[in-house]
Amino acid sequence: MSEKDTGTVREELIKYYDGTERVATIIDEEVAFPDGKLIVSRTDLKGFITHVNQAFVDMSAYSREELVGANHNILRHPDMPAVAFKGLWDTIESGEKWQGYVKNLRKDGRYYWVKATVIPNVRDGRLVGYTSVRRKPSRSKITESEQLYSTLM
Amino acid sequence: MPFNFTVSPDFAPDHMSGWFYFNTWLQRNLETEIHLELFDSFDEQREAIRAGKIDLIYANPYDASMLVREHGFKAVVRPAGKRDEAVVVVPASSSAEAVEDLSAGVRLATTADPDVHTIGMIMLEPADLDRHNITQREYDTYILVAKALLRGDADVGFFLKQGFDELSDLIKKQMKVLVSSQISVVHHSLLIGPKMQDYADPLSRLLVNMHTEPKGAGVLESMGIKRWESMSVEQTEFMIDLIDTLVI
Ligand SMILES: Cc1cc2nc3c(=O)[nH]c(=O)nc-3n(C[C@H](O)[C@H](O)[C@H](O)COP(=O)(O)O)c2cc1C
Repeated sequence: MSEKDTGTVREELIKYYDGTERVATIIDEEVAFPDGKLIVSRTDLKGFITHVNQAFVDMSAYSREELVGANHNILRHPDMPAVAFKGLWDTIESGEKWQGYVKNLRKDGRYYWVKATVIPNVRDGRLVGYTSVRRKPSRSKITESEQLYSTLM
Repeated sequence: MPFNFTVSPDFAPDHMSGWFYFNTWLQRNLETEIHLELFDSFDEQREAIRAGKIDLIYANPYDASMLVREHGFKAVVRPAGKRDEAVVVVPASSSAEAVEDLSAGVRLATTADPDVHTIGMIMLEPADLDRHNITQREYDTYILVAKALLRGDADVGFFLKQGFDELSDLIKKQMKVLVSSQISVVHHSLLIGPKMQDYADPLSRLLVNMHTEPKGAGVLESMGIKRWESMSVEQTEFMIDLIDTLVI
């Protein structure tokens, strides 16, 4: 858990890239990344979830049914700057691997930090989707990212 | 010309003869000649792969990625219930209770197993450790990694989970597991090369039923494998995608 957590509960409007928005409950409380696990998801070319592993379900606090078919921005936290995701999409759409630190929003309003690696999935020479695998980040990288992202908002 | 078969050098030494029995069994049942060659190191084996000398291989997941994407191999089967998981271990006397308690300068004992080493390094990342701020030494076997820890030659060691579990209780009691991976989708697999593709279907049919036949069951037992499970193209591609993300 981050020392800066206050446990404060607030309602916040999240605006997505496609123009849609929603009001989400945000709780300033971190949930620890499970040791030794990887959080895995796959999406189609537009970022709609096609597969999640059990660690993904557990950490997001959504059910598998709620997740599969949903836009991956279901996890977007308002503390994440849009420019970080622009970098992600520009990178993977050009066929490259993207790596970065992401603060994710759980269904219950709490958050968790991950070190994510996203890669394009190529089958018979065709791009068919993307896979993201998250691992446990170090506390120092989280602190660095918090500082960096707050300047990019 | 016989086909050439090889086994990832990280197989358990106790099962070496099992792989020879397996090759004999295969030749009889596929009615074709296959030569089994074991290599001492991953490097030597990779050289043979690049030279196009291998037609059938029981491969480590990291090599499977290279074999499928660069050399046109196809996964046929995987051993049921066997997953490649890694554990990060310290001597029981160590003051570290979690990976985050380890700090720069630690001495790591590891092996040439690419999956165990990579997964191990990923599990050290939460402590901000990477190859630039630790010293590491590669040992030939997990027994030697254990000895390095017990002798005080290393502060932390990486083991294949199964390799660690198979150590004697006496040795295990002198060590402490800090973290155990739970990835569950990374595993060894039997892959078939371009020259042998015509045998893909018969081989798959033969192997998924191997445990139901008395001779086959005996051979499997000597290899430490319960039974083979068929692997679809998509399962293989998924595992390879996942491994592609496990960069350090
Ligand atoms: C494979 C894949 C995994 C993703 N994982 C996440 C994630 O865990 N959390 C997140 O906020 N965005 C993730 N994204 C980015 C989202 O698609 C989206 O761009 C982001 O949440 C910002 O939302 P917006 O672009 O709709 O504004 C992922 C994208 C892909 C392709």
